[in-house]
Amino acid sequence: MYAFDIAKPATLAEAVQAMKTGEAQALSGGQTLIPTLKQRLAAPSVLVSLAGVGEMKGVSAKDGVLEIGGAATHREVAGQRHYPGLAELAGRIGDPAVRNRGTIGGSLANNDPSACYPAALLASGGSVKTDRREIAADDFFQGMFATALEADEIITAVRLRVPEASNYQKFLQPASRFALVGVFVARHADGVRVAVTGASEGGVFRWTEAERALSADFSAGAVSGLKHPADGMISDIHGTPEYRAHLIGVMTHRAVAAAS
Amino acid sequence: MKVSMKVNGTGMSGEVEGRTLLVEFLRGGLGLTGTHVGCDTSQCGACVVHVNGEAVKACTMFAAEADGAEVTTIEGMANADGSLSTIQQAFQDHHGLQCGFCTPGMVMSAAALLKENPKPTEAQVREYLEGNLCRCTGYHNIVKAIMAASGQAVEMTAAG
Repeated sequence: MYAFDIAKPATLAEAVQAMKTGEAQALSGGQTLIPTLKQRLAAPSVLVSLAGVGEMKGVSAKDGVLEIGGAATHREVAGQRHYPGLAELAGRIGDPAVRNRGTIGGSLANNDPSACYPAALLASGGSVKTDRREIAADDFFQGMFATALEADEIITAVRLRVPEASNYQKFLQPASRFALVGVFVARHADGVRVAVTGASEGGVFRWTEAERALSADFSAGAVSGLKHPADGMISDIHGTPEYRAHLIGVMTHRAVAAAS
Repeated sequence: MKVSMKVNGTGMSGEVEGRTLLVEFLRGGLGLTGTHVGCDTSQCGACVVHVNGEAVKACTMFAAEADGAEVTTIEGMANADGSLSTIQQAFQDHHGLQCGFCTPGMVMSAAALLKENPKPTEAQVREYLEGNLCRCTGYHNIVKAIMAASGQAVEMTAAG
């Protein structure tokens, strides 16, 4: 790693100020950032640790919306009881030691194309609260590792609409345990949302054809005949675009069966 | 910068850089070399320690982040009289190690599991060890040891 300083603000105001200094980089759980720093793929002059920021902790539910502090760990999200589909997803990220450190805010800010949380947020609907504004879920994700966040912007909380029924199915990439393809299905009162991670070169996305079919008939049979096209799907050593496209259908089918 | 933390019940402090990993501070700064570095990429779990009671990978946390924390390493696991803890003894009794390199992390993860879930099923033990890699044992005897340490029968039904 290149050398850097660590700032440990205790309040959001201090954190915002610290992010304005030099080449500052926010540090949340560090489960992606620290390996990145070790590979010298990033060279910040100061890491701003968000772990001590009181305003970014905690989980609360009100009027059908679950609000999770940006610094809440996967373990904390897995332990909440307001949104079972989300708890189950969080409890299967990485491994227990990773879940004790990694945070929902850090994961969403990184927007890894194979991460689980982006699918949950996009399928839930809702928003990302930052130190300066609120960004709708549908506007937040802008491609692989790209989000609507500005360079010094901090995710302070994540707000998710709690669906009537939901399920996440993840096909594990056997070495990394990230999602080779993951599908989050959420049935809301105003329609079904289906979000797919791990599959597309454009990062997480909504499968609108499946959403239409499931909004009319929320049953596994309603998506049995649907096939997602292979165009734009990731091609790598772990799978062809056609393989990933096929998995989208299979995982969607399983998620609906588990949720309904 | 200076960091201070309680390690295995004793107050410790030392000078670190921002980039100093917790595992580097424990091993190089404090001489507690029982915590191993296997992969240095948070895959293998040989470096698992407890920070404020939770299992973490000490290679993927900065020493500065543990400032003020309570840290427990493998050196803090034995009983006060120096005899092996229940988990450690179970690893010996059930041949839960061969080369022993992964063992400190295995014991720390096992202790975290049994604190959360004192009577885990075999499947839960295997799932909890997802972030701890062993290249010798094939895991069966590690799982047996943890089942035994939980006071349960060690017969296993499935190789997960």
